[in-house]
Amino acid sequence: MTSSKRRTGRRSPLATVALLALGLVFTGGAYAAFSTGTAQAEVDATSQQTIEEGKKLFQANCATCHGLDGEGAEAGPSLIGVGAAAVDFQVGTGRMPMQMQGPQAEQKPVQFTDEQTKQLAYYVASLGPGPDIPADHLVNGGGDAANGAELFRINCAMCHNVAGAGGALTEGKYAPALNDVSGVHIYEAMVTGPQNMPVFNDLNITPEDKRDIITYLQYIQDNRSPGGFELGSLGPVSEGLFIWIFGLGAIVAITVWITAKSN
Amino acid sequence: MAQDDNDGTEIVAAGSSSHGQEVAASPGTAVIPADGFENPGFPEHRKRVTDLDPKKAKSAERGVYTLFYLSIVGSVWAIAAYMLFPMESGDVFDVRLNNLFFGLGVALALLAIGFGAVHWAKALMHDVELADERHPVRGSEETRAAAVKVFQDADQESGFTRRSAIRNSLIGALVVFPLPAVVLFRGFAPQDQNPVELLSHTMWAEGTRLTLDPSGVPIKASDVTIGSAFHVIPEGLNELEHHKLEEKAKAAVLLMRLNPEELNETADRADWSYQGIVAYSKICTHVGCPVALYEQHTHHLLCPCHQSQFDVANHCEVIFGPAKRPLPQLPIAVDDEGYLVAQSDFTEPVGPSFWERH
Repeated sequence: MTSSKRRTGRRSPLATVALLALGLVFTGGAYAAFSTGTAQAEVDATSQQTIEEGKKLFQANCATCHGLDGEGAEAGPSLIGVGAAAVDFQVGTGRMPMQMQGPQAEQKPVQFTDEQTKQLAYYVASLGPGPDIPADHLVNGGGDAANGAELFRINCAMCHNVAGAGGALTEGKYAPALNDVSGVHIYEAMVTGPQNMPVFNDLNITPEDKRDIITYLQYIQDNRSPGGFELGSLGPVSEGLFIWIFGLGAIVAITVWITAKSN
Repeated sequence: MAQDDNDGTEIVAAGSSSHGQEVAASPGTAVIPADGFENPGFPEHRKRVTDLDPKKAKSAERGVYTLFYLSIVGSVWAIAAYMLFPMESGDVFDVRLNNLFFGLGVALALLAIGFGAVHWAKALMHDVELADERHPVRGSEETRAAAVKVFQDADQESGFTRRSAIRNSLIGALVVFPLPAVVLFRGFAPQDQNPVELLSHTMWAEGTRLTLDPSGVPIKASDVTIGSAFHVIPEGLNELEHHKLEEKAKAAVLLMRLNPEELNETADRADWSYQGIVAYSKICTHVGCPVALYEQHTHHLLCPCHQSQFDVANHCEVIFGPAKRPLPQLPIAVDDEGYLVAQSDFTEPVGPSFWERH
């Protein structure tokens, strides 16, 4: 790198920054390529083979807690009737298999390919009817963002924050941030009510309304705050902390400067 | 340090010998300190680098005028930015650019003047320690007598005391003249409404259907699945022409369906729910924020403002936080078409405490 020019034998301090930036770019690029690549997997929901594959995966990975036939056990609830959407959400976002028992199943790297996730989902759906994985036209935006914003404020904003930045619940539980969550997972969360989230079935929020909500979330991701720095969109806490430290800090510094004797 | 008085300041230069001597106290009241703290006077005057080194003075001078020139640049930039970043397109992002750059220009213009002035005063202006002696507040006898005389003369000349009929009528006029304002502003206030009455009743009445917020679509009991949370307004709220928000602020309800086995209901409220569907006021009993963070597994409702927690499974009793009483429950039933309806209004006033809430 720059060491050959300087002949000092030491790396420039900028080398670390450059290396970090490169690493971030490559990781991000690889992730983007990966996530768009896997979204295309086609799995036939009805074929017996899919369900057989799903059953194998289930018995190898999920049966310890949920029982051999998904009937539930002490460590995990019954999965009969939860539907394909719940499995696609929980496994597709990496929440299941759960890393450890705790107040909330944390999101972590996804452990199954998209195909395997679908196989698991259709196997569980075959145990009993439940909400299905939503159709593409409902989760890719294109709805009415204004209506979505109103519905989001009424139904979701109290936990997930009006800008979808997430928020704290009780005893270590929290409502996760909604930026960078795919439309499918948002839709599935609404119909299945994962963990402590309430269920918003199609008679409460219609599928078109759900599409509007997803459109709104996509809109605010693409159109960041027009007011400048968002400070995490967390509202008065982060804004207050910022002005307390930097605003008052600046005033204190100026006061010290004004009253100090000139040397 | 130097203390300033409004007028009649007497400035004593540093190091002058008279300063150390206090004004002699009158005999009889003086307390003679045995080991009193002696006024050390000013510390030795320390010269600044700008006093000692003409080069440093020159550079400070350059700093000051650079700041003032910067201020001019800031002002000119603010004007230019206002024109360069117009906000006529209606796009909020244009407003952002306009505000940002105009604001930076004005900030630079004002801050640079301020910093320049302070820098000038600190580094270059005459620098000497001063003491400002305080004077007694009481004026001299002559001044006081003169002031009293002014009032007496004015009274004499105007006849204010003598012509008591005129004086009293003036006082009367002054007392009465604010009354039109009182009457006028009273006209803005609700006339025929008792605030206690207003706070005690909501739009809910027997047979009012529970409808979805914001669409106003009635809710069928069969639509509410276990684990659901519905945000509810009374039927007819959207058709209100006046006070829609006031009515909504009182009548907003959160509807949840629990597994009936998990619901602990008292005998007197056993018929207030329907197959595990319960409806509670969404207005926190602490200070009236909407309580809507519902955890479907723990059945806890929490208020994001002050962390009050209510247990839905136990008639929304307070389990944590500053709220004093449970959320009021809306008694619900199902009509012949299967829609959820209210059995009555809330049986107690919703929201925070007020003076006559029972």
